[in-house]
Amino acid sequence: MKASRPVLPGFGLALGYTLVYLSLLILLPLGGMVLKSAHLGLAGILEIATDERALASLRVTFGTSLLAATLNAGFGLVVAWILVRYPFPGKRFVDALVDLPFALPTAVAGITLTTLYAGNGWLGRWLEPFGIKVAYTPLGIVVALTFITLPFVVRTLQPVLEDIEAEVEEAAASLGASRWQTFVKIIFPTVFPALLTGFALAFARAIGEYGSVIFIAGNLPLISEITPLLIISKLEQYDVAGATALAVVMLALSFVLLLGINLLQWWAANRHRPTEPLNVAAGTESP
Amino acid sequence: MKNLPQFLAGLLVALAAGTVQADATLLNVSYDVARDVFKDYNPPFQKYWQQKTGENVEIKQSHGGSSKQVRAVADGLEAGVVTMNQANDIEFLADKGLVAKDWARKFPNNASPYTSAMIFIVRKGNPKGIKDWSDLARPGIQVILPHPKNTGNGRNSYLSAWAWALRQPGGNERTAQDFVGKVLKNAPLFAAGGRDATTTFMQRRMGDVLITFECEAELIAREFGKGDFDLVYPSLTLQTEFPVAVVEKVVDKKGSRKLAQAYLEHLWSKEGQENAAQNYLRPRDPEVLKKYAAQFPAVKTFTVDEVFGGAAKAFAAHFKDGGSFDQIYQRK
Repeated sequence: MKASRPVLPGFGLALGYTLVYLSLLILLPLGGMVLKSAHLGLAGILEIATDERALASLRVTFGTSLLAATLNAGFGLVVAWILVRYPFPGKRFVDALVDLPFALPTAVAGITLTTLYAGNGWLGRWLEPFGIKVAYTPLGIVVALTFITLPFVVRTLQPVLEDIEAEVEEAAASLGASRWQTFVKIIFPTVFPALLTGFALAFARAIGEYGSVIFIAGNLPLISEITPLLIISKLEQYDVAGATALAVVMLALSFVLLLGINLLQWWAANRHRPTEPLNVAAGTESP
Repeated sequence: MKNLPQFLAGLLVALAAGTVQADATLLNVSYDVARDVFKDYNPPFQKYWQQKTGENVEIKQSHGGSSKQVRAVADGLEAGVVTMNQANDIEFLADKGLVAKDWARKFPNNASPYTSAMIFIVRKGNPKGIKDWSDLARPGIQVILPHPKNTGNGRNSYLSAWAWALRQPGGNERTAQDFVGKVLKNAPLFAAGGRDATTTFMQRRMGDVLITFECEAELIAREFGKGDFDLVYPSLTLQTEFPVAVVEKVVDKKGSRKLAQAYLEHLWSKEGQENAAQNYLRPRDPEVLKKYAAQFPAVKTFTVDEVFGGAAKAFAAHFKDGGSFDQIYQRK
């Protein structure tokens, strides 16, 4: 990389500030967490994490989170698309609705969803005759997590969709592209990195979610127990080391998955760069 | 910042509270559903203390999940007294050196001024004919209870069922575990807490029977109406205690030992016992109990000390990782 003088001064100060800020807010608590569980050793941590119930809970947590993030990637894209592309009455209102899951205390969300989806709830009573049980099953966990994480996908996609100019689509059309081709070759590659970001944020948020899930899950061992519940269970026994050990394992798994998503994103962004018409003027060179 | 209005409101309240003159303050850290008990207890105590010493005291309350509450005290929340619903929570503070090792003998009755019992709540008219613990293990009966490992209410339900099975002819640890396993198999879910279990049973109409504290039944009647359910007293059940203790380290530091001691002692006074009875907690005072006999039917009970040799032992044998609860789910 060529050494070039930045136009604005203050790099040193800003970097120092960033490092201190991140250390205080993120590294220090995480470091403390790792230290708390350190005396168990790697073998001790693994033993806690590979217990039958812990493994089952990790499967439930990561499985439902993945499903919820995937659902939101699909339907969130539709919501973002509608909100950006089409004027309709009440659009501002719908736009504000998207943020509600952020503002609502998660326990309130959990209790409300459980009441709705219970066997005698407004929605549950229509599903029950078909043998579909939502409340107190893993499906209920997916519903709660989908609700909680919707804003992440929509809010990440909106600015990117707004940046795609209509001319690009018109140009594609005038060059003979079908509507499907325009979507697959022009629009999707442009939004794909943002979609992945939204997916990753939703996924990460879902893994740690406790407040809403606990009311709808049913919490039966080996069936609908999430890992955060097992962590609480260990805290109830005043077993702080065991609780942090589970947390460290969750953190490590999440980190690996998020790193994977970031790599995929990086690859996607670079793969499409040469054919991406918008960035030609920026003059960036692909590696 | 979505919490800004709340924050400002909190600031105002804090400022307003600061202007009220009080000679001394006492923080009572307590479990979740004790709110009403102490809301009714504090004003008469303040009056009593003022008459006795001329001091105006301010009593502050903190309520939350009981284990979370004692962890906060261990981490430095300056509670003068703790009033809990599980002995092992106070035991934890004793281990940390905040509470006297012999806290249970510092006050009468195992330091528990009142008690309750685990009972059943069934649908009106008891359509499934549930009479005793054995009915809870019948196939086709749905039992609603809070998480037996993670909540105090759930643990008490679990120990009740265990002790009942133990006291049956030919009963031993093995048969007790089998029996409790059958009851738990009849649970379609483990509720997040006592109130969540109540909502699930009463509002969402799940299950045939709810296991809960006797004192909860009155709250359910207030919320959902008396005509909607029946109470069933099993043949034998757990007497639950509500232990209290002075937090030695804090009162020594603040010089509020006398106040803290009197605050807890007053729970055993006629006034304190009446208040407990009015909140549907069984008073220790025989006279007060007699006066309120209509709301406290005679029931055969056992204590955790009698059957399990103390709260700490019961917890270790059943609710620690690898304990009897975990074994039920690992055996299949």
